Amino acid sequence: MKFKKLMSMALVGVMTLATVAGCTSGQSSNKDTFKIGGIGPLTGPAAIYGTNVMNAAQIAVDEINAAGGINGYQIEFKAQDDTHDAEKAINAYNSLKDWGMQVLLGTVTTTPCVAVAEKTAEDGMFQITPSASSTDVIVNDNTFQVCFTDPNQGTASAQYIGMNEIATKVAIIYNSSDVYSSGIEATFEKEAANQGFEIVSIEAFTDDTATDFSTQLQKAQSAGADLVFLPIYYTPASIILKQANDIGYAPVFFGVDGMDGILTMDNFDTSLAEGVILLTPFAADADDEKTQKFVAEYQKRYGEIPNQFAADAYDGIYAIKEAMEKTGCTPDMSVKEIGEKIIPIMTQIKVDGITGEMTWNANGEVSKTPKAVIIKNGAYVAY
Amino acid sequence: MKNFFTNMKKSTKNHLITYAGIIVAYAIMQILCGTGVASNLIKGLLVPICVYSIVAIGLNLCVGILGELSLGHAGFMCIGAFTGALATKLLYDYIPSKILMFLIALVIGTFFAALFGFLIGIPVLRLKGDYLAIVTLAFGQIIINIINVLYIGKDEAGLHFAFSNPNAINMNEETGVWLINGAKGITKIPSISNFTIGVILLIVSLFIVYHLVDSRTGRAIMAIRDNRIAAESVGINITKYKMLAFTISAAIAGAGGVLYSHNLSTLTATTNNFGYNMSIMILVYVVLGGMGSFRGSIIATVILYMLPELLRGLSDYRMLFYAIILIGLMLFNWSPKAIVWRQKVLSLLPFGKKGEKGKVE
Repeated sequence: MKFKKLMSMALVGVMTLATVAGCTSGQSSNKDTFKIGGIGPLTGPAAIYGTNVMNAAQIAVDEINAAGGINGYQIEFKAQDDTHDAEKAINAYNSLKDWGMQVLLGTVTTTPCVAVAEKTAEDGMFQITPSASSTDVIVNDNTFQVCFTDPNQGTASAQYIGMNEIATKVAIIYNSSDVYSSGIEATFEKEAANQGFEIVSIEAFTDDTATDFSTQLQKAQSAGADLVFLPIYYTPASIILKQANDIGYAPVFFGVDGMDGILTMDNFDTSLAEGVILLTPFAADADDEKTQKFVAEYQKRYGEIPNQFAADAYDGIYAIKEAMEKTGCTPDMSVKEIGEKIIPIMTQIKVDGITGEMTWNANGEVSKTPKAVIIKNGAYVAY
Repeated sequence: MKNFFTNMKKSTKNHLITYAGIIVAYAIMQILCGTGVASNLIKGLLVPICVYSIVAIGLNLCVGILGELSLGHAGFMCIGAFTGALATKLLYDYIPSKILMFLIALVIGTFFAALFGFLIGIPVLRLKGDYLAIVTLAFGQIIINIINVLYIGKDEAGLHFAFSNPNAINMNEETGVWLINGAKGITKIPSISNFTIGVILLIVSLFIVYHLVDSRTGRAIMAIRDNRIAAESVGINITKYKMLAFTISAAIAGAGGVLYSHNLSTLTATTNNFGYNMSIMILVYVVLGGMGSFRGSIIATVILYMLPELLRGLSDYRMLFYAIILIGLMLFNWSPKAIVWRQKVLSLLPFGKKGEKGKVE
């Protein structure tokens, strides 16, 4: 019992110490560098997206610094982990605020982003998310997206299939426990009603059952679907492709930007992905100079081919740079001052990035053209 | 005054120490926040600490006092969170005071969590063995999956429900608002929770479990834990007391959930926040804090929840340190050698006494 008493004293001690520790690291912002924070899942099941974003953002920051910085000031970039959890994301955000963050690039995934967007709105901080694609993310004025919103992707996919008459009978397999996937599925289904094809089967799975798709595929096959729409990330998609091949089912597979990355997956036979069509703003083997330079640098540093998340983050940093240069921001301005300057200018700037030419509307949605690509001989080819 | 304390029942004294510890910690934090010394990170951690402490107390009642393993307390938290948040979304415009709104949400969330605890308890608590662990584990997963395909919307015509397909909801698109939007969960929840509410809720939960455990009912519950056959032979209604303890345990977890859902503006059901990951995390708090020791649960929660956040400076290595510290704590708490060493060290201290075991603190 005495021991427990000691422990309760220790607890008070820990809390006090922690506060002191927190405050010493808190107010150390120097006034000659911009501080950009990044939040995303660096550990856990979604870590691949967060890591890609942070790596690419670091490349962009280093490039800008080497070229003289923003308005002559250097930039510092710091990434914090949120493990794809809203609560942890708030902790990460608070910890970055203690560090002196002035602008936020993040968060990478949707659910944490909704929670953080609420906090940035309170603080008046400018926030641009590379990849959180839900419309819930941009309800506040201060938040902008580099990626397409989910409804846009669903609608664009349905229109694309309808207009190019790729199929007449469509099956959908989606992840019902994932915001991104169920968001795209819902709008795809809605738009499909206006198009010249019929949805014959809609099958869902969850994160916990993302290892076996034989039931869903068999249902699609027996319904006679000649196209399977996969608004999902590439890890489950790779299993679907493999299992479809095993049962001898060969429809057209149509994916969205989450499918990007499938060719660089470990232990995946890329011949299975032959003929897969996907809508993506970024192709790592595009032949323009900027993309090639970025991909080469990324490969040199991290030993892998960047995916679309990385590309969006890279463009996000350049969008921040463009907006800051247009408004003549300096590092001694407060979070609110920078926010007040940048937010109105975002709708007027135009960034020519590696995911295409981007402009933003007042809602915070980006406008850029999705490219449909088809996988041929293990590489993306324009469809 | 001194007499008053020495004559006091040992358990009462113990409880007072716990309450005093919480109030002192609360006062210190309020002063630090008020003077602006506390960092943003610490301020953000206060409410989650209260949330998990409350849920850990609830789970401790089930695991430590009742002696039944539950692996689904995050599921009860989830029910409390979603029903509470839903109530707030529906009634927020009609209720003038935030505190009143929170109280209504609290009652609703706690009630539904208790209801589900009760329903699960009816078949399972009649059985001997580890069935409760299996059923609650499944329950936690089922709840998450159901909420992820549940769509509820509201427009001037009233409420609309849809299952698994948001396009089938039949809601007026312009004026309708989503209350629960499948995997997106509930968004735009007014943040009412604050540290003061959290601490009050924590003290109320503690008050309830302490009084339960000290009562005749509590002794019956512990008798069932210690020897079911002996308890049955003296006429204790096993199922009744098990149901009682388990339902209260679920209700407390639900109350924690309500506090959780009013802290962030968004609420989704994922395995990270309401699945078995979280259930096991809370079980870790309980086990490391000492089964049956409510104060221990709170202390363990505070330390283990803050640790990974305060280690942020170590970036990814913090996961490694966290695991090492967990193992260290486990050894320190439970290894026989460590217990002997602890007692030796404590008896050397001037006010030291031999450590006591098996007490409810």
